[in-house]
Amino acid sequence: MKISGAELFVKALKEEKVDTLFAYPGGQAIDLFDALYGEKDIEVVLPRHEQGLVHAADGYARSTGKVGVCLVTSGPGATNLVTGVATANYDSVPLVCFTGQVPTHLIGNDAFQEVDTIGIMRSICKYAVTVRKREDLGEIIKKAFYVARTGKPGVVVVDIPKDIQIALGDDTYPEEINIRGYKPNSDVHTGQIKRALTVLKNAKKPVFLIGGGVNIAHANKELTKLVELTRVPVITTIMGKGAIDTQHELYVGNIGIHGCYAANKAISECDVLFSIGTRFNDRITGKIEEFAKNATIIHVDIDTAAISRNIVVDIPIVGDAKNAIKAMLEKAKTLNTDNWIKQIKEWKNDYPIDMGEEGMTPQKIIQKINKIFKDVIVTTDVGQNQLWTTQFLDLNKNKQLLTSGGLGTMGYGLPSAIGAKIGNPKKDVVTISGDGGMQMNIQEMATAVVNELPIIICVLNNGYLGNVRQWQQMFYNKQYSHTCLRYRKSCEKACSNPNKDCPIFTPDFIKLAESYGAKGIRVTSEDDIEKALKEAKNNKKTPTLIEFIIDREVNVLPMVKPGNPLSEITLDFKEGE
Amino acid sequence: MLSNEKKKRWICLFVENEIGVLARVSGLFSSKSYNIDTITVGTTEDTSVSRMTISFTSDDKTFEQIKKQFNRSVEVIKVVDYTDIPIHMKEIIFIRVNHCSEKDKTELFRIANIFDVSIVDYNYTSVILECTQTEERNDALIKLLQEKFLNRIEITRGGVVATEAIGISNS
Repeated sequence: MKISGAELFVKALKEEKVDTLFAYPGGQAIDLFDALYGEKDIEVVLPRHEQGLVHAADGYARSTGKVGVCLVTSGPGATNLVTGVATANYDSVPLVCFTGQVPTHLIGNDAFQEVDTIGIMRSICKYAVTVRKREDLGEIIKKAFYVARTGKPGVVVVDIPKDIQIALGDDTYPEEINIRGYKPNSDVHTGQIKRALTVLKNAKKPVFLIGGGVNIAHANKELTKLVELTRVPVITTIMGKGAIDTQHELYVGNIGIHGCYAANKAISECDVLFSIGTRFNDRITGKIEEFAKNATIIHVDIDTAAISRNIVVDIPIVGDAKNAIKAMLEKAKTLNTDNWIKQIKEWKNDYPIDMGEEGMTPQKIIQKINKIFKDVIVTTDVGQNQLWTTQFLDLNKNKQLLTSGGLGTMGYGLPSAIGAKIGNPKKDVVTISGDGGMQMNIQEMATAVVNELPIIICVLNNGYLGNVRQWQQMFYNKQYSHTCLRYRKSCEKACSNPNKDCPIFTPDFIKLAESYGAKGIRVTSEDDIEKALKEAKNNKKTPTLIEFIIDREVNVLPMVKPGNPLSEITLDFKEGE
Repeated sequence: MLSNEKKKRWICLFVENEIGVLARVSGLFSSKSYNIDTITVGTTEDTSVSRMTISFTSDDKTFEQIKKQFNRSVEVIKVVDYTDIPIHMKEIIFIRVNHCSEKDKTELFRIANIFDVSIVDYNYTSVILECTQTEERNDALIKLLQEKFLNRIEITRGGVVATEAIGISNS
C-alpha cells in the first residue's frame, strides 16, 4: 500500500514504541502534524518554545531511559533546538529530533524559514541527516533510533523536507538495520578486566571514581554489589552522583571544583583510581598534572575517544559500564581497606560541607527536600542552585537527579522537570532553580499548567546571577559586572553593594505563578521551608512555585580555585583575604 | 608511549558517499583546531563509498583522538592509518611559468626531463608543467623553480592520493 511520508513517520514512531512526542508545529512540519491529528497511541506535548521542548524531551529521556522524541518546524524551529541538542548530546542523552525542511527543490534558495539545519547541528550531535528521497525515509528513521540509543547514547537529527512528507511511497518500516560505519561494541575485554583486578587487589588506598556512564547503563545495583564486595570507597562526579546510595557507608561524595574535601583529598592520595564512565572533564580534575598523580589509573568507558584524552590511563577498558562491572563481580576479591576508609571518614568528619547555622541557607532547603520527598526526581538549573543541589541532595534507588553537567545550560531546570513528570506521573518531581535560569524558560509554566503537572518549582532567589557573582567576588576584586538582576536604570553604574534599599526583584514570581494558574508560595524564613514544601507536595492539581528569598551574597564552598590541584581546597572565603 | 612531537600524518578514510560527509570530516579537524594539509576525495569501485586521503601535522595524542573520533562517526566506514606503512603516494600539480624567454623555455624543458614531469602546454611566453610525483619530489621541484623563476610561477597543487603497497616495502 502507498502511504505518505508523514503517515510513514507516524507508523515509525509507533513501531519504535514512542508514547510521547514533544512537538511544536510550523509551516514545514504541518503535514507531519496533520498525520498525528487524533492519534491515540502517541501523546503530543506542545511546549511554549522549542528550547523548552527539547529540554523536556531530554528530561523525559533521562528519567525513563527511553529515547526522547522531538518534532519542530524548519528555520527558527530548528535553530531554537540547538542549545537543547548540545545539552543532551553532551550528557549522552538519547534523543531523536525531527525537523521540517523546505521542499527539496527549494533547498539552497534561501527560501522562507530555510536554514541548513544539518550543517548547524552536525558538530553538536551524534548523527544528523537530511532525508532526500521518500524511499529512504523508513530506513533513516530506523537508523536514527538505533544510533541514538546504542553505544554512547546521543542525539540524532533527522531533517525531513516538506515534499518528502507529502510524497506517497512504500508503507513498510524496516525491522532491522545494518549500518556499515557504526558498530557499537558493549562487550568488555576480559584480559583487561583481569589486569585491572590484579592491580586493584594490591592496592592500599583504592577508590572508585564513578561518572554518568554508570547511571546511563543502569548499573547501580551491580556497582553497589561490587563496592560492598571489594570494600573500595566510591567518589562520584556530578553526573555520577546517585550511582550508589549517597547514604552508603562507602560513599565519600563528589569530586571537582565544588566537590567535598574528603573526595578531592582521597583522589589526590589514592594509589589506584578505578574510574568508570567519566571523561575526566576539567571541572573534576583541577590542575591536570597533579590529578591522582600517585595512582595507577584504570578507566572503563564505552567511548574509545574518552580514553587517555584528558589524562593518561594505565589500563583502558572499552565497553559498557554494566557489562564491565558484571565481569568484575565474577572475579573481584575483598580488599583490606579499613585504614583507608577510616582516614577518609576522618576527612569527612573534619571538613564536612556545611553552610553554617545562620539564615535560610540552600543547604537547609535541600535537606528539607531530602526529608519530605522519598520517591522523587530532582532536576536543577545551572549555577549555584545546581552546585548546592549536587552537594546536599540525597540520592538512592528512589531518588534521581537530572542536571546539565556537560554543557551547563541555564534554563534546563523547569522544562526537564516537565519532561520527567510526563514520563513518571507517579513520582514527585522537584526542580531547583535560580532566579536567573528560571527566567530563561519561564514560558514553560504554561506547559506545566495545561498538562496538569503538579511539579514543584523551587526558585532560590538571591537577585544575582550568583555563580558568576561569586567568581567576581573571589577573583575579580568584587566588581559585580552585570550580574545583578535587581538592577534598574536608576542604579549607580558600578555597584557591588547589595543592601536593603536595592530595587525590588522583577518579576514577582508569586503573581507570575498565579497568572499562569499555578500556586505560588514565597518563603522568607527557614521556619516556613517545610510547611511550603509539604503544601506543594499536597497540591496535586497544578504546579507549585516556591520562591525562597536567600541571602544575596551566599557562596558555594568549598572550592578549588582555577589552576589549583584538587588537594588545595578553599574551605572558607572571606573578603580581603 | 605517546610522543608530543609533531609529525606528518596520513590517513585514508572510507566514507558514505553522501552530501555533507566532507563537511563532517573537515568539521572534526576544525573542532580540534587542526589544519588539514591536503585532502582528496573520490568515489571507489562501489559508488556508494568515497575514499579520502588526508594529510595533516599533529602529535601522537591528537592523532589518536582524531582516529577515534572518525571511527565512531556513523558516516565513516573505515579508517586506515598510512603514517608508517608502505604506500604508493602521488600528488598532481600544475605549474605555470610566465614571462619566459627562449632560454628559460629551454631550461624548463631540461628540468622537465630530469624531474620526469611533462610539459602539457606552452605558448611564446608561458609553459605549463604537469607533475605527478610524491609530495617530497614535488616540493623539491617547486623550490627549484621558485629560485629560478621568482614571482613568475603559478602553482596548482592537487592534493595527494595514496594506496597501500602490495609487493614492496617502501615507495
